[in-house]
Amino acid sequence: MRGRTAPPLSPVGKPGVAMVDPSLLFEQLLNGVQLGILLFLLASGLTLVFGIMDLMNLAHGSLYMIGAYVAAKVTILANSFLLGVAVALPATLLLGVALELLVFRRLYARGHLDQVLATFGMILFFNELVRLIWGPAGVSVPLPEILRGHIDLFGLPYPTYRVLVILVGLGVAAFLYWLVVKTRVGMLIRAGASRREMVGALGVDVARLFTIVFGIGAALAALAGVMAGPIFSVTVGMGESVLILTLVVIVVGGIGSIRGAFVGALLIGVTETMGRAFLSEIFLLFMSRDGANTAGPAVASMLVYIIMAVVLVFRPQGLFPARTG
Amino acid sequence: MILNKPFVYAVSALALLAAPPASAKKPDRIKIGFMTTFTGPAGAIGQDMRRSVETALDHIGHKMAGIPVEVIFEDDQQKPEIGKQRVEKLLTKDKVHFVSGIIWSNVLAASYRDVIRAKKILVVSNAGWQGIAGKACHRQIFSTSWQNEQVPMALGEVLNKRGVKSLYEVAPNYAAGKEMVKGLERTFKGKIVGRDMTPWPAQRDFSAEIAKIRAAKPDGVFIFYPGGHTDAFVRQYQQAGLSGQIPLYSVFSVDPLSLPRLQKANINGVLGTFNAQFWSPDLDVAQNRKFVADYRKKSGGTYPAHYGAQSYDSILLIASAVEAVKGDVDKLDAMIAAMKKADFPSVRGKFAYNNNHIPIQNFYLREVVKDAEGNWAIKTVDTIFKDHQDPYHAECKMK
Amino acid sequence: MRVAPSTVFVALLLVAFAALPVYTVSFEQPFYLALVRRIMILAIAALGLNLIMGYGGLISMGHAAFIGIGGYTVGILAHHDVTSAGIQWPLALAFAAAVALVFGLISLRTRGVYFIMITLALAQMMFFLGVSLEAYGGDDGLPVLSRSDFGGAIDLGDDVTFYYFVYALLLACFWLMSRLVNSRFGMVIRGIRSNEARMQAIGFATLRYQLTAFVLAGMMAGLAGALLANHTDFINPEMAHWTRSAELLVMVLLGGMGSIAGPIVGAAALLLLEELLAGITEYWALILGPIMIVIVLFARNGLLGMIDRWSGRDG
Repeated sequence: MRGRTAPPLSPVGKPGVAMVDPSLLFEQLLNGVQLGILLFLLASGLTLVFGIMDLMNLAHGSLYMIGAYVAAKVTILANSFLLGVAVALPATLLLGVALELLVFRRLYARGHLDQVLATFGMILFFNELVRLIWGPAGVSVPLPEILRGHIDLFGLPYPTYRVLVILVGLGVAAFLYWLVVKTRVGMLIRAGASRREMVGALGVDVARLFTIVFGIGAALAALAGVMAGPIFSVTVGMGESVLILTLVVIVVGGIGSIRGAFVGALLIGVTETMGRAFLSEIFLLFMSRDGANTAGPAVASMLVYIIMAVVLVFRPQGLFPARTG
Repeated sequence: MILNKPFVYAVSALALLAAPPASAKKPDRIKIGFMTTFTGPAGAIGQDMRRSVETALDHIGHKMAGIPVEVIFEDDQQKPEIGKQRVEKLLTKDKVHFVSGIIWSNVLAASYRDVIRAKKILVVSNAGWQGIAGKACHRQIFSTSWQNEQVPMALGEVLNKRGVKSLYEVAPNYAAGKEMVKGLERTFKGKIVGRDMTPWPAQRDFSAEIAKIRAAKPDGVFIFYPGGHTDAFVRQYQQAGLSGQIPLYSVFSVDPLSLPRLQKANINGVLGTFNAQFWSPDLDVAQNRKFVADYRKKSGGTYPAHYGAQSYDSILLIASAVEAVKGDVDKLDAMIAAMKKADFPSVRGKFAYNNNHIPIQNFYLREVVKDAEGNWAIKTVDTIFKDHQDPYHAECKMK
Repeated sequence: MRVAPSTVFVALLLVAFAALPVYTVSFEQPFYLALVRRIMILAIAALGLNLIMGYGGLISMGHAAFIGIGGYTVGILAHHDVTSAGIQWPLALAFAAAVALVFGLISLRTRGVYFIMITLALAQMMFFLGVSLEAYGGDDGLPVLSRSDFGGAIDLGDDVTFYYFVYALLLACFWLMSRLVNSRFGMVIRGIRSNEARMQAIGFATLRYQLTAFVLAGMMAGLAGALLANHTDFINPEMAHWTRSAELLVMVLLGGMGSIAGPIVGAAALLLLEELLAGITEYWALILGPIMIVIVLFARNGLLGMIDRWSGRDG
């Protein structure tokens, strides 16, 4: 046989000590929050589109990827991160709106199956397109000096950039709250989420509303991509890995609900990060080292799906259901 | 069951009036199937290998024993089952005479049996899976690279020499990742204070592991992340403020493929890091200078990485075998005997094959520096091992 | 009785499948034999999916998980030197059925997009389970060193025998599906799709019917998995990945969801198209993606639907 069962690696340090260390715990918590914020940026766009237009858009991850690529390339070309962001957001927004007018318009009336298949085809197309234009190697985004260091948070040095991501995310959350609760568009969005037909019957230009909503979703996805690029590196297919987590977030949070997306994203982000960091250690308390090293990563990766399954069984509409219909 | 091969042969014979043409003694083209990766973050490796193969073909005049050579590249998308399918396609549809390339150990493990069954020679240009060095070694398999553990074994020796007493290891949780760690621990004499094997290739966020490194305060950190993950790790390492504090040692992570990217992104945490390998672009061998110079003409200035060097050698090795049988590629035994001699101008200098068809070769210490043109480059600093043999050759039953 | 052009097309396709080995053996093209054999194996899985999706209206994004279960049962048993098909195959089908039962009980509590999501989640859990099975290769997969042993009656080691074996199974599954769809069971399934409340009001235990269909589809996918493990001599967790499930969905759609033979046509079309495009360009997904979008938007009843429409005889 292949000899896959290599002899056990020599024992390592003192297990369990790392877990007790409060600064490690705090750092991981922050990392979880930061991942949650990124997921929120993606999920809020997706949940809006899903809630208002009942559109299951798997290509949301592709917009995320394109936003990341454009930002990365412009940043390198113009030697300015700010310019990269400033170009990427409207560029991806335009692409999103173009797609909406050309393709998605025809998909609203179709069932979810058609939407899944058509957007799956889009994923294939965009991955290949990006590979064709920018090569297969991926891009590393150069950050400006100020963002490259770390800030002292209660004695813990935490990367400055990640703090920025968290702040931006909270800012977006506040903006979306204002948009949805305090503006006319927001009112239409809330109405559309729960009573789509009524909105149309009341004389609102539904087609234009849909385009606006899709545009917002695309911009949010682009922002997520732009912010994620410097942390994760920009590569082909980066959308797919976050897409599934994003879908889990909106199901857990409740389709159509921004509040649900926020809570769900933080929950999933923290669970995923803490699980990956500490589950093996927890298992070590009652399992052999080999068992813990196998079960730990396995269960950690399944954890979020287990959460989703539990939510779907006991509260299928999600934690903060927006739809009443 | 009556619906088997002999039955269908009979039916075919009746159905066809013309017999299929008898195969000629010498083929009109030497076909080499080259399995690599073009899709995904590791696509840069495929590019490197392809360019190097093309440089090699230029150097031999696109002919072996006077017969034109055709190299058919295939993309395994870094997935073993696709790699296996593509190898089968190369063997059954394209009917190649040799199979070469193969970056990933898991792709190798999934597909080597198909090449053996087809009675063709497999020249592995990268994958260092211990199977083919040990228990699964086979006369039809040759390597122009190394066995995975050799390189980290060299690095472990480096750590000892540099007085590193405590080490933290971070590597991906797949066969090669485990082999790297295993190899390192064969020679490293200090204490391992932490070991994180991360999901591969999914995980690109190393915040958890870096946080643990900070808490453990080791003398050094060892990583192995082929392809784009290096960028992510080194950048996150730098952002966490550890770059100047805890020295970073790596294998197969920092090379002429990742350096241009890292330089563009200004991740200067990589400057001054050390790694080990059997070859460098600046290695003082005549054939190497020729290879690097002509490669750079094709690449627009960037240097080849070890993947390319190994691929270049693969083509030359195959050429030596074809020349030895004067193009009659059905003479399997003769070609194998010729390959065993390693009688070709390798970019690493002269070397001999071990009983398991893995090269016996030197390993060098290399550092990341700024070269004369201001590019971040690999510089050979010292020789770590001379004529190093892999630790599995005794398990191989071949003589 | 006038025969629809789509029916003629399917018949011709099946005849072509039967005759293929004559061509591949005479011209020494084992590659195409393996390709069509793969098409037929995936068609078996897609036939089951068509039952629950095309007729039942349940969009399962996790169907590939059952292929993984069937494949892994055979592969793991072979790894432990249990190569008798009499043991491997019933177990593969039994596991697939058991897991389908559990997944069905969980998923069928939900509807619409939630059903899609939970089948996706359950399948991904199977994928991660496979990845975590270090002893069986984990992420790298496990070679299957010997094919299932049918005791001399059928030698799966002979490429052509194996091919006809798969062909026979495909015809059997096809026949089974056509009987099922046109039976009372099939009527109930289709009725549930159009109006579940009404079916319940009439007195049908709808959950039981849907569950039965789900388990049956799962078993067919399990059978496909067992065949696939033998075909590729290799098992790995990717067999259960959600992208494989999506491919199965594409096959059903491509062939035509309103017909029983759709999956067979769809499987053939998708794999042949991929093979054709890959020969032309490295960037074949660039063409395949838009083709899929166009088919979804404009060719709702897939290829078979198009064939009928073009010859002026709508389905």
